[in-house]
Amino acid sequence: MVIAEKIISGDIRAVARLIRDIDDTVPEAREVLKDLYPYTGKAYVVGITGAPGVGKSTLVDQMIAHLRKAKKTVGVLAVDPTSPFSGGAILGDRVRMQRHSMDEGVFIRSMATRGYFGGLTQSTRSAIDVLDAMGKDYIIVETVGVGQDEIDIVRSAHTTIITLVPGMGDDIQALKAGILEVGDIFVINKADREGADRTINDIRLMIEMDEKRYKDGWKPPILTAQAVFDKGVKEILGEIENHRKHLLSSKQMQSIFKYEKARNDLVEMIKDRIVSDVLADIIHSREFEEALQLIMERKIDPYTACDNIVLKKIKKGNK
Amino acid sequence: MNQKRKIRILVAKPGLDGHDRGSRIIARAYRDAGFEVVYTGLHQTPEEVVQAAIQEDVDMIGLSSLAGAHMYLFPRVLELLKENGADDIVVCGGGIFPEEDIPKLKKIGIKEIFTPGTPLGEVVNWVEENVKPRS
Amino acid sequence: MFKKESIEKIGVDNKKWQQLFQESVEKAPERLKRFSTVSDHPVQNLYTPLDIKDLDYSNDIGFPNQYPFTRGIQPTMYRGRLWTMRMFAGLGSARDTNKRFHLLVNEGQTGLSTAFDMPTLMGYDTDSPRSRGECGKCGVAIDSLKDMEILFDGLPIDKITTSMTINPPAPVVWAMYIAMAEKRGISRGVIGGTIQNDMLKEFIAQKTFMCPPRPSMRLITDTVEFATKEVPRWNPISISGYHIREAGSTAVQELAFTLSDGITYVEAALERGLDVDSFAPRLSFFFNSHLDFFEEIAKYRAARRMWARIMKEKFKAKDPRSMWLRFHTQTAGCSLTAQQPYNNVIRTAIEALAAVLGGTQSLHTNSLDEVLAIPTEEAATIALRTQQIIAEESGVANTIDPMGGSFYVERLTRDMEEEALEYIRKIDDMGGMVAAIEKNYPQLEIADAAYKYQKQIDSKEKTVVGVNKYVTEEELPVEILQIEAELEENQIKWTNQIKDTRDNKKVKESLEKLGEATQRDDNLMYLIIDAVKEYATEQEVCDVFREAFGIYRDPGVY
Repeated sequence: MVIAEKIISGDIRAVARLIRDIDDTVPEAREVLKDLYPYTGKAYVVGITGAPGVGKSTLVDQMIAHLRKAKKTVGVLAVDPTSPFSGGAILGDRVRMQRHSMDEGVFIRSMATRGYFGGLTQSTRSAIDVLDAMGKDYIIVETVGVGQDEIDIVRSAHTTIITLVPGMGDDIQALKAGILEVGDIFVINKADREGADRTINDIRLMIEMDEKRYKDGWKPPILTAQAVFDKGVKEILGEIENHRKHLLSSKQMQSIFKYEKARNDLVEMIKDRIVSDVLADIIHSREFEEALQLIMERKIDPYTACDNIVLKKIKKGNK
Repeated sequence: MNQKRKIRILVAKPGLDGHDRGSRIIARAYRDAGFEVVYTGLHQTPEEVVQAAIQEDVDMIGLSSLAGAHMYLFPRVLELLKENGADDIVVCGGGIFPEEDIPKLKKIGIKEIFTPGTPLGEVVNWVEENVKPRS
Repeated sequence: MFKKESIEKIGVDNKKWQQLFQESVEKAPERLKRFSTVSDHPVQNLYTPLDIKDLDYSNDIGFPNQYPFTRGIQPTMYRGRLWTMRMFAGLGSARDTNKRFHLLVNEGQTGLSTAFDMPTLMGYDTDSPRSRGECGKCGVAIDSLKDMEILFDGLPIDKITTSMTINPPAPVVWAMYIAMAEKRGISRGVIGGTIQNDMLKEFIAQKTFMCPPRPSMRLITDTVEFATKEVPRWNPISISGYHIREAGSTAVQELAFTLSDGITYVEAALERGLDVDSFAPRLSFFFNSHLDFFEEIAKYRAARRMWARIMKEKFKAKDPRSMWLRFHTQTAGCSLTAQQPYNNVIRTAIEALAAVLGGTQSLHTNSLDEVLAIPTEEAATIALRTQQIIAEESGVANTIDPMGGSFYVERLTRDMEEEALEYIRKIDDMGGMVAAIEKNYPQLEIADAAYKYQKQIDSKEKTVVGVNKYVTEEELPVEILQIEAELEENQIKWTNQIKDTRDNKKVKESLEKLGEATQRDDNLMYLIIDAVKEYATEQEVCDVFREAFGIYRDPGVY
């Protein structure tokens, strides 16, 4: 309980170290998270995603400034991709928020995707819980919106902001597949650039084609901003507030949100556990290596090999 | 669960000089060696550097200085780390330093000093040999 | 340039010769797998008329002082007058630097060049918490007009020209210089010199910044307009490639980004309503001289030709002086090594020679200990002597553009021109240099080049003597200049004393007036001069700009 107590009392070093343990998948971290869980659920979580270079970090930096003026405390998790070649990463988002580093009401943490079997989603969710338990009013999670992992991360936010810049016509088509669906607010940053109107129209069209999105009564607003000059940031925070009110508007909405969040979280956690425990077990087993050999020699097909391994594992697990 | 510690490093640029060629090259070399690198950006005070190091829970801070203010900036960083109970973080320096300052900096706790011309491989190896991720 | 028949014959002969060459290589392989310049531009085994057969002598090379000025801008070049040997100096307090200036003038130096300390360069006074530990460390500390008065005390500023390496607070420091001159009874119409005042390369490379790019452009354009109307002998911008190269760019990137910056400044001045020929002759350039001898010479020749063409064709300049690319050169600080520091004398000599053969108008040669600290007097003297030996002993200054007509140099000049034009087009497509900077484009191009070069050194593909080859264990002790710590305290006390004794009501009023003017289109130079004359400090004036225009922070790109 000692570590949990330190975190609840806002001990920065303890918070930083626990997030490290979570990231490094230290088993003891799980025990602390269990202790912390009763103290979570109070923070409002905002997810921000978008392609590299759209100005997410600058936007987050300005949002922090506004929230601090309104006397709200803020936690930030900035996720950057791990290099697939070296396993290392340069976590550069912090640079744009560094002016808040001396502010005790702000905690900023950079995380790398690391890329092992989807562990990112789980570690980010746990880190959100830690910042929540330490008492941050707002938690902003920034990710590069490219992979399923990143989409899953923002999905666990109360409000998700998709950031775009003008002249991304083709990119919008590509985004359509997954990421647009999770957006509660759309922000066209660097709106002074040519093509802003077209981008707004493209997104509007896309939202309107997707009728089932407004079932719950929230139609995603499209805002323009120039985060560098702090233009449009106040309006974004206004829409976050509107969305928050919307989520709180009825018992039914609240319970839908809570149910979905709990369901998502648990599914992710189980998935993560299966991947990290069961899959690792299988991959490191002798029969896995043997199956590989047989496949290479074309003595067995991969479908049969898979069935054999998985069925055996599941049966074993049932015992 | 599979436990895997990764070395995390803060590359910091305290003071007003803007010569970041070296620090940016080093950051890339660290990344290519498999470390996670957090960069503070230019024109940082020692206070800002130390806060970032703590929040990011890094194992090492690499301080870069090329304009002669290291004899104030480096000791100040060490002092603040101590005040914050974070003096387990390894601190080393890179840049331009007069010969006689180097032993002085090492004496107060800067673990190593890298001067211009040090091969990247050497800088990376030093981390691998001298910085252990926190257990 | 060549007759069709002779080119055909050379073509046939060249093929034969290349065969012979290959046969020799098969017997004994070449020294390197691949030959390239410092910037990694590939280099052939031999250059012949075939490599420059498309060049037209009159249109592409021409004569000195004649368009497109490839061979030089002055008619007599160094046969008339040698280049200005301008050594950068500045250390500690204004009083210390003043002493060094007197010494340099007595040594025969014909122009002064001032280095400021980091707080001054960033627009902070010595007493700012951000300035702790930095006072006087790599240049002189200037907080108020009083410091400027001491700095130039007793120096003939109506006869010598003064170059001041200062960027974000350039309008303020220049205003102090003008005010200082006027207090001595020397009018602003008489003084001559240069302020660096090139913010674009700061965003790109040197990273000394204060306000965002767009308001920075406004301040710069104010100085250009003010110089044109009031201080006709002053160069209001020194468009600098030096720092771009120091940040790790290639020679072509240095050339391209610098000219692109120049284009941006010209466009801004034209938009202000100035006539191109009224200000363009006062724009000057500042290049690096790195170790790759021929590449550097080609770079300067290409720069002259390109700028002349840009000014004539794009901006319709009529005055030939608008088309002149006049430039200062400094040898490459980044090429010096801390190991075996005396080797730096030789490096600097080679680089200085390239600058002279490239037709520079003025030159700073680095001291051998530059990589360790601020130069000692002895080291600075050797550096100056290096120039004097090149000028008066080597004979290279006896004829104009002696490298002109070299197949290799002419070809390299053309290659660099083409590659740089490609970059300039790309930047134009992005909407110009300001937009490109906002996209971090040049910053990333340089970071990539710097990383690649470092890897080439690490893998020994490129040699640096004393660093990755011919390494020796013991190092020669070099005498080093240290700035004592009391300096900071004394400077703070001194500035506080000035703040206590000046008319603070007048200071406040002048700063308020300036603040109001930032919101209008007024040229701010007049009000800045008014404020510094009341002894408003550098930071007090800069804070007005920070308040009005916002603060620019490192975007942190890799």
